[in-house]
Amino acid sequence: MADKKNYGMVIDTRVCVACSACVYACKSENSIPEGYCRDWVVQETKGTYPKLSMENRSERCQHCEKAPCVIYCPTGASHYSEDGTVQINRSRCTGCKACLAACPYDARYVHPEGFVDKCSLCKHRLDKGLETACVSVCPTTSLNLVDFNDPEEKAVDMMNGKEVYRQKEHAGTNPSLYWISARNKPGA
Amino acid sequence: MNHGRDLNRRDFLKISSLFLAGSAALSSQAGQVFTGPKTVLADDDNERVVHSFCEHCFWRCGIAAHVRNGKIYKITGSEHHPLSNGKLCPRGTGGIGQIYDPDRLAYPLIRERKGGKSSFRKASWDEAITHTAEKLYQIKEKHGPEAIAMLHHGYGYTFFKEMFKAFGVNKFAKPSYDFCCGPRRQGYEMTYGHPAGTPEGIDMINSKYLIFFGTHYGENMHNTAVQEISEGIRRGMKIIVFDPRFSTLAGKAEKWLPIKPGTDIAMMQALMNVLISEDLYDKEFVAENTVGFDELWNEVQHMTPEKAANITDIPADEIREVARSYARHAPAAAVHPGRRTQWYADGTQRIRAIAILNALIGNYKMPGGVVNYKKFKLPKPDEHPHPHFEKEVWSKYPFFVKTQPANTIASHEIVQQTLGEEIKAWLVYGVNVPETITLGRKTAVEAMQKLDFLVAVDTLPMEVTGYADIVLPECTYLERYDDLDDGRPYRTPFVTLRQPVVEPMFDSKPGNEIARMMAEKLEMHDIFEDSVETSLDKRLQKIGSSLEEIRKTGVLVSEPTDLYRKPGEKLTFKTPSGKIELTSAQLKKAGFDAVPKYIKHPEPPEGYYRVLTGRKPMLTFGRTANNRFLNELPTARENEVWVNPRVAAMHTLSHGEYIHLKNQAGVISEFPIKVKVTERIREDSVYMVHGYGHYYKKLKSAYQKGASHNQLISKAEIDKTIGAVGFQNNFVTFIKEA
Repeated sequence: MADKKNYGMVIDTRVCVACSACVYACKSENSIPEGYCRDWVVQETKGTYPKLSMENRSERCQHCEKAPCVIYCPTGASHYSEDGTVQINRSRCTGCKACLAACPYDARYVHPEGFVDKCSLCKHRLDKGLETACVSVCPTTSLNLVDFNDPEEKAVDMMNGKEVYRQKEHAGTNPSLYWISARNKPGA
Repeated sequence: MNHGRDLNRRDFLKISSLFLAGSAALSSQAGQVFTGPKTVLADDDNERVVHSFCEHCFWRCGIAAHVRNGKIYKITGSEHHPLSNGKLCPRGTGGIGQIYDPDRLAYPLIRERKGGKSSFRKASWDEAITHTAEKLYQIKEKHGPEAIAMLHHGYGYTFFKEMFKAFGVNKFAKPSYDFCCGPRRQGYEMTYGHPAGTPEGIDMINSKYLIFFGTHYGENMHNTAVQEISEGIRRGMKIIVFDPRFSTLAGKAEKWLPIKPGTDIAMMQALMNVLISEDLYDKEFVAENTVGFDELWNEVQHMTPEKAANITDIPADEIREVARSYARHAPAAAVHPGRRTQWYADGTQRIRAIAILNALIGNYKMPGGVVNYKKFKLPKPDEHPHPHFEKEVWSKYPFFVKTQPANTIASHEIVQQTLGEEIKAWLVYGVNVPETITLGRKTAVEAMQKLDFLVAVDTLPMEVTGYADIVLPECTYLERYDDLDDGRPYRTPFVTLRQPVVEPMFDSKPGNEIARMMAEKLEMHDIFEDSVETSLDKRLQKIGSSLEEIRKTGVLVSEPTDLYRKPGEKLTFKTPSGKIELTSAQLKKAGFDAVPKYIKHPEPPEGYYRVLTGRKPMLTFGRTANNRFLNELPTARENEVWVNPRVAAMHTLSHGEYIHLKNQAGVISEFPIKVKVTERIREDSVYMVHGYGHYYKKLKSAYQKGASHNQLISKAEIDKTIGAVGFQNNFVTFIKEA
């Protein structure tokens, strides 16, 4: 068992219903100011009547291994944490928004108090050995927290034999969020 | 007193902002809109967690409320509670938006008339209760107890029911019976001898093939059901969805079959036709456990897939394929009974057809099929003596539920008896009458205007409070005890506690205290125990537990029950025949169809579209419409009208524009609604989520957001078997802004 953690998520879009429970759980857990959120849901429908397909996704910061936000942050506020997540040091952040422009996933916003904010993967909970607020609330268990240095067998099983993708891989960010496609047939 | 004749008397009253929580908070705790409670029950300094159960929908999941510095800062799913299993839907998490809603009712209010104008004034509890007791007493003396009725929704109603029963009143109605649970319950009962249950008795996690007709889990966030469907999908369950709309659940389906609305029974008959004509049904099970197979075949043999294709718009080949796959996966296959089951006047028969489809493949008590979950065995409290009731059940419909003492008459019958001046007084507990009653807003308001006396118990200034004589502010579910909940049957039976997380805010009180005060004032001194805690404890002592014990986790859970039948086990059913009734002799005897028959429903007039309705995952209608926390997401804030692109082009509607809707009776939606142009709906229908378009300005967050579905109901059809109400024969067209 590796001592060093490398947290990420496996998100099973086959079961996500885009209910937004993750969004509200995050808002209350992290006291997100009114009108802002760190995670959000996307319901994407393709095709024309009656041949339609749908994918639902709960999206957030992808905690990239090569994170443009970290690279472009002039003050070092955005940084890699040793648990594999990307964090923001609020006292160093000047609110210059370079990271907002750099992030291919549009995962950040400027907090009314002047600093930039985004999903911390509930670092305060991870540090206590708890799952993130969104993972614990998710009624469909679409959201799964994984330590990629020590992936539980469950997480590996979950992805095996299925169409799994990462978002905007061409950006070279090496994101830590893996998506089980809704295109997978039942029981894949 | 004949002021009941004065129709203007009950003009919709605008509660002065002086009496609402927001201003009360400002006066005492300047600057804080979301104020914390006055005091807390335990240590202020540390976070503490209180386990209770949710009140945001009837599912009643277990919650864990987290308190920091005297304020609830988050609500999570209770990991102890079988229905939540640690998880929660958005509405459950959103409880913080209800308790800290600045629009909450803060004080009792009494309607006053001065110079022909009526207004509300702040009252003390004693004054409000005295006035209420006097009016109820007078009306009972003059017109008899049958002139008083209670409409209720929510788990705190039990205390008012006990108070009323001791008073001699037993006309109780929960409006959800009319359009949601009534047909499901009774249709199943008539076929299997037990209700479909909540959670539904379908072993979804083990099912391989599940057929849904129009119900939309995922938008309908019934926590446990959504959890089980998700687990089913992970295990390889195939989902088939018949729905005029590409719902979120249809997005998970192997097949979405956009059935023509109103033709479900034809489809169900065709599926039966294929099962029987192709010899795919479970002959042994049917022979042993059912009655009336020949009569069933006699009815469905004419509904060939080709005939059904013409009626339903679903190709005959698809119908055959679904029936064959369904049989191939049997017995780990099922047709789900759904929720909100009354669409037209044939809801009970539609549910019977679903029950029959299940019976034909012999899935009863089989893994992945129909199961009969058991309830926790908790003795009922000792019945308090009450005066003799003229009738135990007041409904005139022969198959109205007979075994629910809290539901003795349909809510539309209360409305009609009020219009007929048979009923003179209502106590309304948590029912926002104008936006809930299935006969539509106009009829509901007319009925309220006929009343001599209306007392409303609520937490928020819902529209109904504007028509009341007395408004009694109840505290929210997070600030009170209610009766124990042992009403949910599940895999692991349980009993669960609602307990206060923080003390009641403002001058609000728990329902149990309000009912006690009324009882005292009516000189009924021995109905309730000294305190609600004593009565809860006494009930739990009967099973060797205590209030102290259940307070720790909020729930007591018993061992999982045996769901499946053993090989060779003989099944018994509590139906008149002791078998599953494919043909119902009791329905026949009462003059109804013994076997479900397809009846053609009216088509929309030219240029009009059938209104389909449903839910959003973050809304439980009036319970959450004003919830600022939930309303932070734009998708939660308002409803949209879903329009097919071809229809939109015909009416030159563009995506995102605001329009008004006009129904077939000329009723125009009070507020505009946003157009959602989408491929996800048939061309003959539009869809809008129910529970928006609130017209009470004091609901500051909900006011004027979207259009009210209830306002657009001008036509309702009554299911004459069980007294349910369908309203899907309402049609709308679009009116562009001038």
